Amino acid sequence: MLAYYFELALRSLRRNKALTALMVLAIALGIGASMTTLTVLHVLSGDPLPGRSNTLYAPQLDPRDMTGYRPRAEPLDQVTWIDGMNLLQAKRADRQALMTGGSVAIQPAQSALDPFYQTARYTTADFFPMFGVPFRYGHAWGASEDAASAAVVVISSKLNDKLFGGRDSTGRIMRLENHALRIIGVLGDWRPNPHFYDLNVKNYGADEGVYLPLSTSQDLHLAHLGGADCWGNGGNDATHTAPCVWLQFWVQLDTPAKAAAYRQFLVHYSQEQKTLGRFQRPPNVRLRNLMQWLDYERVVPGDVQLQSWLALGFLLVCLVNTVGLMLAKFLRRSAELGVRRALGASRRALFSQLLVEAGVVGLAGGLGGLLLAYLGLWLVRRQPADYAPLAHLDGAMLLMTLLLAVGASLLAGVLPAWRACRVTPGLQLKSN
Amino acid sequence: MDILPILSTLRRHKLTAWLLILEIALTCAIVCNAVFLIGQRLQRMDMPSGVAEHELLQIQVADVTTPANPYARMAEDIATLRQVPGVISVASSNQVPFGNSSSNGNIRLDPAQPQRTLSATTYFGENLSNTLGTRLIAGRDLQPDDFVDVEAAMKALGTGDAKGLPHVTLITQTLARRLWPGQNPLGRLIYLTPTVGLRVVGVLDSLARPNAYDINTAQYTMVVPLRMGASKDQSYLIRTRPQDRAHVLAAALAALKKVDSARVVTTKRSFDDVRRKFFQDDRAMAGMLVWVIVALLIVTALGIVGLASFWVAQRRRTIGVRRALGATRANILHYFQTENFLLATLGIALGMVLAYAINLFLMTHYELPRLPAIYFPVGAIALWLIGQLAVLGPALRAAAVPPVVATRSV
Repeated sequence: MLAYYFELALRSLRRNKALTALMVLAIALGIGASMTTLTVLHVLSGDPLPGRSNTLYAPQLDPRDMTGYRPRAEPLDQVTWIDGMNLLQAKRADRQALMTGGSVAIQPAQSALDPFYQTARYTTADFFPMFGVPFRYGHAWGASEDAASAAVVVISSKLNDKLFGGRDSTGRIMRLENHALRIIGVLGDWRPNPHFYDLNVKNYGADEGVYLPLSTSQDLHLAHLGGADCWGNGGNDATHTAPCVWLQFWVQLDTPAKAAAYRQFLVHYSQEQKTLGRFQRPPNVRLRNLMQWLDYERVVPGDVQLQSWLALGFLLVCLVNTVGLMLAKFLRRSAELGVRRALGASRRALFSQLLVEAGVVGLAGGLGGLLLAYLGLWLVRRQPADYAPLAHLDGAMLLMTLLLAVGASLLAGVLPAWRACRVTPGLQLKSN
Repeated sequence: MDILPILSTLRRHKLTAWLLILEIALTCAIVCNAVFLIGQRLQRMDMPSGVAEHELLQIQVADVTTPANPYARMAEDIATLRQVPGVISVASSNQVPFGNSSSNGNIRLDPAQPQRTLSATTYFGENLSNTLGTRLIAGRDLQPDDFVDVEAAMKALGTGDAKGLPHVTLITQTLARRLWPGQNPLGRLIYLTPTVGLRVVGVLDSLARPNAYDINTAQYTMVVPLRMGASKDQSYLIRTRPQDRAHVLAAALAALKKVDSARVVTTKRSFDDVRRKFFQDDRAMAGMLVWVIVALLIVTALGIVGLASFWVAQRRRTIGVRRALGATRANILHYFQTENFLLATLGIALGMVLAYAINLFLMTHYELPRLPAIYFPVGAIALWLIGQLAVLGPALRAAAVPPVVATRSV
């Protein structure tokens, strides 16, 4: 039966090519625009570490003085050196890492390459197992290297390609700001987006080439790159004693019970620091997990959300348009429908026949929309924004495009089909 | 033209008529808001920087080995750059307008006040006014003996010794008006730290902040007489004639390389590039909005064409009868045009309400201002025009229906 309706639908659509083309075009445009913007939104608000994100937390403390104090205000989103070190050494979480961003000059051994600057991450050892960082060659460093400020470095595969042509470079020496560091690991393909663990550098498309122990970076006086918030007589940014926050601290807590306990620990720690006179404000802590953290930091650009709303509005106009056109098309066939009714077809049969026709239009529109979405995403990728290179359609979004198109046009077909089914067979036959 | 027969016809096609009205209303609402958003973006992109934009170059260099005396290195670099032919003036700066990376301070007018008055950006560096081309509208410029080495200032801040700290500042007139509305700002004190006040000695016409994300606070700017050492965070700003920019930039880079060959150039650009980069997202968004408006109007126009054609086909018989009874072609043409005008007007009226609702939503979620009334007629006129254009074809076809149709059956 469905196959027969399908054939009828094709026949009917062919009979009125201009109107059919108009409906397909409207759906394709609406779907294409919506899927382009929704894909960008989907990519940007995605989970950077699926499977791990719900056990990763960003603890926040409020070490500021009473100047500018407001009850219930949000605490700072980075930590001071002293608090970071205290929390790190307390080891109350399953894993914990203290880190900050940097920028270092790399002096390639080959004379063909000029020295260049590369963004770097200075971190403690748990960073790699906690975030599940894959390695192509070698391995990460451990707590002993952290303690010894070992002159070791892990590099990204992109930097390895640039410096060593992609070969296993572990064991080789890399010169960095006139210091010699031994390469112990090369990362596999790892570019979490958004760059959740440090949103001061760049939200999307950050490209860290060099990872080295935090202790080593401090011993070598490597430059800090990122945000620093200071209060009181601020003094120099990014030093160990300054009243400034400039480091990121992340913990892994495997169960909700552990997270609750860790939160308590942060409150106790704040109280203790207040008794010691280091903190002045009442304890004010937050413990957000990764996705809550991204939400709090409003990572997804407002423009992208605005564009999605705009595209959905556009889709709505296209759908209303399609409803109108379909209504016109179905009503025009009142005579034909009347004959079928008179010959014994039930209303339900007519209704499903018309819906099949709407579905065919939706499928065609969906395919057109898919092409337009590919075109739209290609245009997005040519834009200069940081997130632009990430805009790709994945399997889930592809399926969603087709479902949305067919669903939307079925929805658009319901009203006209219902209206057209109400024809009275007698009246139609008589007027003929 | 008689409206009543049109209304009675429309009453028999309620559903279709309402769909058309709804489509016009949605389009009108979205177009109003989209045009408004474009206006906002263009206004932002037009933000004044307060500097001689077409005459400025920015260079940042990073030394692989930190020089023994960064202040001496800075002085040497500046002296070297001054020798480059075509260079009018050279400055060092911690930041540039629209450069993104910024240094900001919390301003208090009374050192004891608990909350800051506002946050303003702070420019440091020598010879800034001449090089940037800022315009002083009151007071005096910074003098060489106002300047303090930044390291000494940091040390003084730590020990609480007021001597090593700068004592004067320049501010923009926007900031002056915000801090002391209707009063003379010269001689007044601004506190960036609780201990030492900076006396306002001069007022600048305009100088935008590097992080000018909000048009209302974009001019909250101070210039503080701090001398910086050479480092990769510092910029050299060069003023030259617009037509000399390309070769002055090349010559300046070569001269800097000559001072120390093992240094890395991290930034080399004209101020035009700075502005283009800072506003690139706004330009992209405005461009996208234009496309959305065009696509929306096309879809709506095609919808109107489709429905009008359907109506004309459905009423061929009636039109024939009217023609046989003496109606002219012009009567028929006007009939369909008036019908479309009525539907468009209803749609536009509904669209205005919708536009206002959308604007309310945007205001609460995306910090946009209220939609000015001037944008409402824009959407209205666009849709009236589109409606009339779209209906013209089908209406002409209707007018061409010969009276003889009335006498034929089917």
